[in-house]
Amino acid sequence: MISFDFEYFKPESIDEAIKTFSSEWKLGKKVVYFSGGTEIITFSRGGKLTVDTVIDLKGIPECKVLEIQGDRLIIGAAVTLNQLIESNLFPLLSETTRRIADHTSRNKITIGGNLMSQLGYREGLLPLLVADAVVTVANQTKIEEIPIEKFSGSELKEGAFLTQIKVPVSNLKLPSKSIKRTRTSKVGYPIVSLAALVHEGKIRVAFSGINSLPFRSTVIESILNDKKMSDQQRIDKAITKLPSTITDDLLASKGFRQYTFGKMLIELNSVLEEKL
Amino acid sequence: MISSNTRKYTVVSLLVNGVSHDVMIRSADTLLYTLREQLGLTGAKYACGNGDCGACTVLVNGKPMHSCLTLAIESINDEITTIESMKHSDIRSAFVANWAIQCGYCTPGFILNCHALVNEHPDADDEIIEEWLKSNLCRCTGYQEIKDAVKSVLEANKLKAKENSNLAQ
Repeated sequence: MISFDFEYFKPESIDEAIKTFSSEWKLGKKVVYFSGGTEIITFSRGGKLTVDTVIDLKGIPECKVLEIQGDRLIIGAAVTLNQLIESNLFPLLSETTRRIADHTSRNKITIGGNLMSQLGYREGLLPLLVADAVVTVANQTKIEEIPIEKFSGSELKEGAFLTQIKVPVSNLKLPSKSIKRTRTSKVGYPIVSLAALVHEGKIRVAFSGINSLPFRSTVIESILNDKKMSDQQRIDKAITKLPSTITDDLLASKGFRQYTFGKMLIELNSVLEEKL
Repeated sequence: MISSNTRKYTVVSLLVNGVSHDVMIRSADTLLYTLREQLGLTGAKYACGNGDCGACTVLVNGKPMHSCLTLAIESINDEITTIESMKHSDIRSAFVANWAIQCGYCTPGFILNCHALVNEHPDADDEIIEEWLKSNLCRCTGYQEIKDAVKSVLEANKLKAKENSNLAQ
């Protein structure tokens, strides 16, 4: 049970959502946007979050779209992970999101919620990073497109929210692979998770779990694409180029994460070579 | 704005098991809490409260959903199905026939999840069954019997479909 009260609004347009946020914000209230809401509900129940106003985005048509328009796949921020998986319009995204949480939870968790998660994993981001996706963000004055690699949920302007994700159609069906290692069962947070695809003969890969935040690194990609080195040489060099210190927590030690990272890169190499 | 709740309590209408019920809710009330405390439908169980165990599973528009991770106010205009409406369902009978019950605490959640599974995937293979069953925990570890119950319904449905198609010819 959530021990505090909040006001709930379900606007039917982007404009209505922005105006509702603004009017509540001006009253000095703490306002959050809500899509699947799984994280907001669990954090609220557990005392990690209190809010005064919740704005549910599921009534906004733009946030519920899932279709190809012209040369881009448009994914509304309030599309559930299971809707993505079942549509299979972007197989790498389907494969990756299929390993997020359990099947029932995925009927509620949305792609927008996953990208905005306070937890550091955000595995839904990985296929988007390697596929040159852009996101659209609505704020008080405009709706703007931002390249996915420059998008950070925590840095959005007050009152702004993610409305859609757009992926070039040309990148949807490239040879690809998602690999995830968890501590015990299939359902769980990643020790390391990766999503990779082959674009113009070169491997692109993004990671989650190994560092505190998900990332794609062109430096690591150029190492992995350097066929003059052995597998082990590439792995050893890639580890030195990680953007930050390897995560060391209760889920897995730094050493085990490093070992898992190496094993997964070898697996990735052999799977993608087969696909090519 | 299709719904809002700006007072502490609001009366809203929820469609549960085909019947419309007026309930008095706070915006922060979960669907699980409302079903149990307002409507006395205690079949959906409170356990982890965190979407991990599946004991609170209900169907929302035919899809399994953790009612502990759903606000009651989100469910206005939705069709909610709870275990109380499943008395005469094939999947419930299959659970009994296959002894897919031990202590019974997880059973309502499993039955609803499995009911949605056989409806959505009439040709479900082991991979799909296992993927769906991972949403629910049985601490008595009765998973094999539950899987057998699901398979028995899938097979019976296939047989029925075949008989119907023979009759049609």
